[in-house]
Amino acid sequence: MIEMKNGDYLFAQGHTACAGCGMAITVRHVLEAAGEDTIVVNATGCLEIVSSAYPKSAWEVPYIHCLFENAASVATGVVHSLRAQGNDHTKVIVLGGDGSSYDIGFGALSGMLERNEDVLYICYDNEAYMNTGNQRSGATPFGAWTTTSPVGEAHKGKEQWKKPLIDIVAAHDIPYAATSSIAYPMDVQAKVKKALSKKGSKVLIVYAPCVPGWGIASDKTIEVARLVVETGLWKMLEIEHGKRKVTMKPSQFKPVSEYIATQRRRFKHLTPEMTEHIQKLVDKSWEKEEKLAECFKE
Amino acid sequence: MVVKKTTEGSTAAAEAVCACDPDVVACYPITPSSHVAEHLADLYAEGKLRDYIPVEQEFSSLSAIIGASAAGGRAFTATSSQGLALMHEPVFAAAGMRLPVVMVIGNRSLSAPLSIWNDWQDSISARDSGWIQLYCEQNQEVVDTVPQAFKIAEETMIPVMVCMDGFFLTHAVEPLEIPEKNEVNQFLPKLEMKEKLDASNPISMGEYALPTHYQDFRKDLFDDMMKSADVIKRVAAEYAKIVGREYGDGWLEQYKCEDAEHVLISMGSVVGNIKEAIDKLREKGEKYGVIRIKMYRPFPKEAMRKALEGKKTAGVFEKAIDMGAAGPVYEDVAESLLDAENAPKLSSFIGGMAGRDIKFEDIESMFAKIKDGNKHVEWL
Amino acid sequence: MLLPNAKPGTSKENKTGAWRTFVPEVDNEKCIKCGKCQMFCPEGCIRGLEAQKMEDKTPPKINLDYCKGCGICAAECPVKAIAMKQEEK
Repeated sequence: MIEMKNGDYLFAQGHTACAGCGMAITVRHVLEAAGEDTIVVNATGCLEIVSSAYPKSAWEVPYIHCLFENAASVATGVVHSLRAQGNDHTKVIVLGGDGSSYDIGFGALSGMLERNEDVLYICYDNEAYMNTGNQRSGATPFGAWTTTSPVGEAHKGKEQWKKPLIDIVAAHDIPYAATSSIAYPMDVQAKVKKALSKKGSKVLIVYAPCVPGWGIASDKTIEVARLVVETGLWKMLEIEHGKRKVTMKPSQFKPVSEYIATQRRRFKHLTPEMTEHIQKLVDKSWEKEEKLAECFKE
Repeated sequence: MVVKKTTEGSTAAAEAVCACDPDVVACYPITPSSHVAEHLADLYAEGKLRDYIPVEQEFSSLSAIIGASAAGGRAFTATSSQGLALMHEPVFAAAGMRLPVVMVIGNRSLSAPLSIWNDWQDSISARDSGWIQLYCEQNQEVVDTVPQAFKIAEETMIPVMVCMDGFFLTHAVEPLEIPEKNEVNQFLPKLEMKEKLDASNPISMGEYALPTHYQDFRKDLFDDMMKSADVIKRVAAEYAKIVGREYGDGWLEQYKCEDAEHVLISMGSVVGNIKEAIDKLREKGEKYGVIRIKMYRPFPKEAMRKALEGKKTAGVFEKAIDMGAAGPVYEDVAESLLDAENAPKLSSFIGGMAGRDIKFEDIESMFAKIKDGNKHVEWL
Repeated sequence: MLLPNAKPGTSKENKTGAWRTFVPEVDNEKCIKCGKCQMFCPEGCIRGLEAQKMEDKTPPKINLDYCKGCGICAAECPVKAIAMKQEEK
């Protein structure tokens, strides 16, 4: 059942996201799954800018934007206020990019999870501070070019691995932590619905490609979001109170070089050694995943 | 029912907050206002306070109550010093979003160097933010001001800081009259927000504004802040009727100023010391008085000018500094005297920072200095 | 009192269709009504496939007031029933 209001989606047309924006697709599906009885708390970033330029708004549900790093705290206050006033049904969902989730809002997010606030925190991950012109974030993958991890003689792109946010989040032992990719919108919806059926803190990180930031054609968003899963670079996970499960895994992984080749802007400088290094670490990560699966076998 | 308790300023402030029946309280402890946070936690544990969120940093405490207020709840937090500095972003956001939240500030110095002791640098450096700032001289005044703060905030849709000197007031123990919920209920109606987060009537809050629009919001807040002065005065009179105590007219308190030739101007608890000094010095025949600023933002320019009319000299004593310029309270008072006829010569004294003691001799010396008719700019 | 707030859905006044240089053209005969185009559209400007039953579904109706011409619908269509054509004004 598609949740619509007067024949329209709860994330209205006329927003100014780039053509082909992965984040825009994500948000529409999140609201489809959540429904009208939802309050959205949005951190500063692409989403806020494209959807809430005074005096217009693309939001058909109640929406609040405050600052860059405090969405988790604002959401905490919203949900407490609702419950204190006797409303125990309206859902509170945070929508934040990787900038506000992995970096500047990380402390507030951790605090919210430690208190197990009844909030669904969704991070649309486009792997850099895209709204302000593609500066690197903790979510930027190894080797990626960004304006603050540029490529030159002495240094070539980001020199650190992507922050394992989902593992850090799950370590708070919250009821539900999951990852998904916008290549699979029905998976995103299913995970949102499952999360909202639980009380306490829930986190969902959705991989959402950025057309101009990554240097892909506007029609390649879904293809790239599929490839990241098919190459093993992005895991589709569900972790419930620490119990970990891979929800989607290709029978045969494609080589990471296939994914890297799709994004000339971010990765064209990668040497064969760097690509090999990435492949090794991805392979190792999946070996570890196999071992973890043993721990949680029924 | 009013209850008389012998208690600390902090705990009394917390009790006053509880009597206002807030929907959400979110606190992060910091010396010297920690006891406000702690006592509110006690009240929550006893089931007297509906909600309490022990957040992980001050940025989050103010952010949480921004969210709570936006969702239609009455919300409160308390902080000091570094905590308020950390909140600098949401302090501006709360005012810009016109949310009626109340915050008690246990005035404390700002690092570096680190200091836990009292001065006004924390709240004064937030004076540009668009919050109403009310400074209290005594703990009873703090208890009486908290319910007023909620009423003022909810009528003007401008957030309010209630400022009390760290340690001098927060940790001073004395018998205080504390109102109870049913009493405050009569004075403070239920919060009704014009616009709030409500799934049955959705709106988008906290949008971003292009250059064509932004400035209009600033001017609107400024104009509304200036108008709020009348609300502050009216609410002070209303509450004074209920408890039988008043603190000047809600803007300024003038002590022995009618026949005073030389006056000091100051805020907060040190005015108590100044009043005592004045009593002593008047025995020696000096004609001294003190003007206490209670409503610091919005600044009561016209009232200040009137209060200083005909005075020979005046001196501002303050525990803050506008670095690279002058004392901030001095700047505001000087501005109110621009173009004034018969304006007294105005001196500026900076002192008492980080709890540095202000003794009778210091006050006597300030009066003696301004009495000579020259302008003095000094650090005590 | 000015509030930095806005009414819901008012973004619809902004006709982002003016952005595009390529316009999607649907071949209704080829369309198998799988719904992928509507599912993936970042603007949410495709309609027709939201019905529950297959007989109630129609080939995609694309609202050209908002379509930015990203081409995702064409790229993801399993039977290549949508083609992106250079738009002529």
